[in-house]
Amino acid sequence: MSKEIKPKRRDFLFTATYTIGAVGLGAAIWPLVDQMNPDASVKALSTTEVDVSSVEPGKTITVLWRGKPIFIRRRTQKEIDEAAAVDLKDLKDPEKDSDRAKNPEWLVMVGVCTHLGCVPLGDKGDYNAWFCPCHGSHYDTSGRIRKGPAPTNLEIPKYEFVNNNTIKIG
Amino acid sequence: MKVIMLGLLNRIILTILISIITTLSFADDQHSHGANTNYLNTDWSFKGIFGTFDRASLQRGYQVYQEVCAGCHSVQHLSYRNLSEKGGPEFSVEEAKAIAAQFEVEDGPNSDGEMFMRPGRLSDKFVKPYPNVQASTAANDGAYPPDMSVLAKARAGGADYIYSLLLGYEEAPAGFELDDGVYYNKYMPGNKIKMSAPISDGLVEYSDGTQATTAQMTKDVTTFLVWVSEPHLESQHRMGFKAIIYLIILFTLVYMSKQKVWSRFGSKKEPEEETYDKVERVVTEYEGEDPKTFK
Amino acid sequence: MSENQYIPKTKLAKWFDSRLPLLSLSHHLKEYPTPKNLNYWWTFGGILTFCLITQIVTGVILGMHYVAHTDHAFESIEHIMRDVNYGWLLRYVHANGASMFFLAVYIHIFRGLYYGSYKAPREVIWIIGVIIYLLMMATAFMGYVLPWGQMSFWGATVITNLFSAIPLIGESITTWLWGGYAVDNPTLTRFYALHYLLPFLIFGLIILHIWALHVPGNNNPTGIDVKKNSNETMPFHPYMVMKDITALLVFIIIFFWFVFFAPNALGHPDNYIEANPLVTPTHIVPEWYLLPFYAILRAIPSKLGGVIFMFAAIFVLVLLPWLDTSKVRSSTFRPLYRKFFWVLVVAVILLGYLGAKPPEGIYLVLSRIATAYYFIHFLILLPVLGRYEKTDQLPMSISDPVLDKPGLIDKFKKAAGQYEGDNVGSFK
Repeated sequence: MSKEIKPKRRDFLFTATYTIGAVGLGAAIWPLVDQMNPDASVKALSTTEVDVSSVEPGKTITVLWRGKPIFIRRRTQKEIDEAAAVDLKDLKDPEKDSDRAKNPEWLVMVGVCTHLGCVPLGDKGDYNAWFCPCHGSHYDTSGRIRKGPAPTNLEIPKYEFVNNNTIKIG
Repeated sequence: MKVIMLGLLNRIILTILISIITTLSFADDQHSHGANTNYLNTDWSFKGIFGTFDRASLQRGYQVYQEVCAGCHSVQHLSYRNLSEKGGPEFSVEEAKAIAAQFEVEDGPNSDGEMFMRPGRLSDKFVKPYPNVQASTAANDGAYPPDMSVLAKARAGGADYIYSLLLGYEEAPAGFELDDGVYYNKYMPGNKIKMSAPISDGLVEYSDGTQATTAQMTKDVTTFLVWVSEPHLESQHRMGFKAIIYLIILFTLVYMSKQKVWSRFGSKKEPEEETYDKVERVVTEYEGEDPKTFK
Repeated sequence: MSENQYIPKTKLAKWFDSRLPLLSLSHHLKEYPTPKNLNYWWTFGGILTFCLITQIVTGVILGMHYVAHTDHAFESIEHIMRDVNYGWLLRYVHANGASMFFLAVYIHIFRGLYYGSYKAPREVIWIIGVIIYLLMMATAFMGYVLPWGQMSFWGATVITNLFSAIPLIGESITTWLWGGYAVDNPTLTRFYALHYLLPFLIFGLIILHIWALHVPGNNNPTGIDVKKNSNETMPFHPYMVMKDITALLVFIIIFFWFVFFAPNALGHPDNYIEANPLVTPTHIVPEWYLLPFYAILRAIPSKLGGVIFMFAAIFVLVLLPWLDTSKVRSSTFRPLYRKFFWVLVVAVILLGYLGAKPPEGIYLVLSRIATAYYFIHFLILLPVLGRYEKTDQLPMSISDPVLDKPGLIDKFKKAAGQYEGDNVGSFK
């Protein structure tokens, strides 16, 4: 009974129905997925302005931007020299210090370890800069990965100096 | 006998039904709630399945809201960025930024732990005229000017109601008691309203040269409030139209497929033949049994 | 034919199926024999499954953005409507989906009433159905509270106060439901938790509902038992699947019409006003699908009585299989019952209409008459009709109505006449 009634071949009508149905199903699923993306209010919160006038050389302040810590360090001349002196061949993720800090005195980085997302500690580790306590990644005074499991340097966010005292992040 | 009974029952049921409907329609007339629901007629561009907002009207409506309503009425769920978003007044991003910057927004705490004021940004919500409902009520003689974020959806009649209400101020009929600071309005439920007629000719100056008549301003601000209540109305209409067209096409295909599948059921025999088979079966059964056992 | 045992074709399938017979189950579902004369009223089971899944999927997603706190609930709904990607679509589908769910369930219930689908051997299916319906009402009610608008708050206040009608322990129960001395934040959070939980209970009950259906098989418009494994049945797949999808698409078109072009038509404007414990709206009404019961509640001039009658109106449905004593299932062959069925439909619609009206004057009188009819219908008319109604003659099998086609009856008579004299006229 059930054998003879099964469609003998997929004729055009059935193919068309399946195809159009599948397209609609896809279109219906998209909103269910897209709602997980950052919503309009989250996207709008894209900039933070920070007053850095009170930061002394050799000190770091941490501010929150898009839910993540941003390290803003006013580097000492010694740190700048150390960072500039590194041979790019020694680096896991070669990047010049001058590319990372437009104004060498100020280093602005996302304070999130590129390994698995912990926040590195300041003035620690083999390079006396940043050290991630979770799995032992060592970063140098330019925030570049030197030792440990992290694959890349600490990320540099988009930022600009609005004036001498104010940095706008984002 | 049975037929007569059924006929009688039919007639009784019908009579009861008709009398219920008549009493109800009569009762409904009696029970309408004092408010006039014959709203004024206006052409709204946003009505109907292809409805879209009139951008110029929305921009003017924003101006009316800001210059006339915003002193008392908040729109706390609206953000300045919405002003430049698609489907709204569509101010340019620069214009929207400039609008936001006109307002002082409280932010903080800063690194000293203090709150501070700064110019508004696109991401900020519209600044409220009063910090909370209580302050707002106290400042307005005990009547809370409602937040207008979803006002067009929070009133039966929607846009038509708001439009009619704003134009519905009249002299109270003779004998109608009104306290001080209460006004007569044709369309307000109960006819008493604490807001004085807010709009009058020439109250704002439109930059696009449109005559700022009372009717024009009312229409513009109502359009604005409808958009504020339903900022995605245009994409809703667009998507709805596409979805329904798609569904009709899919339905046609599925229906045809269904017919085709069903036509294959038992297709080995001609319908005529099948019927004769059944007749034969019935007759055989009939023959073998006493007719009374049939049910 | 179709109920034949599933025989796995590959070794792997055999290995798996002997450990967890999912393949056998799927085979059973595909080949499940359905009467071939099911009409489109029978497609609402599938439509309801679609409704439940839609509600669960959109609901879980809305739960990712909603905040169950009296200070933030209303705001978070506006956040969903304005900022979340497609948030407005998901919320409108969920809100209108509830109404469509009830529309479908009412059609499904009345179909069961008309065709006697609650009768032996299908009592258990029916009773599980009544429990599902009860849980649906509870879920919908708690869901309506979540936006924390005026209707949410006052609806919750009124419904929870129903329990205070219970003598002695009523007040304590109400306080316990609230988690305080009025509807407030603890009430909102527990309603949210339960609103999230109950649909999954419903889902489980639906599996039992379908299981209980698959034991005796479907009823059909004639109410006559079909001969399984005959040409009176057809396999569920592809026949009923195709038919269900066809009907489902029509249903979705209506559903989407509301979602995109009249998303607030079935709601109440007052629910767009944030809850205010100091001001009751002039006219509080529940959602449309609860109105008939609300009318029954108000028709009874006593607090406890109203609550009892309201719950009895649902509970009486549980007893229905034993109240209706007629041997004939389908209204098609019950001329009197058919009339009273339609009177019941009118009475329920009337109650729904009256539930939205103030409980005074003629509205109250009519509410009482309709309430009285509702209970008389089930408690008196059905048992009496079962005894005294003269039903029409039943056909031999579900295929026989085919003989009613013009011309064919003559052929039948002719054929039959060759065997017997004029007696055949009494056949139908």
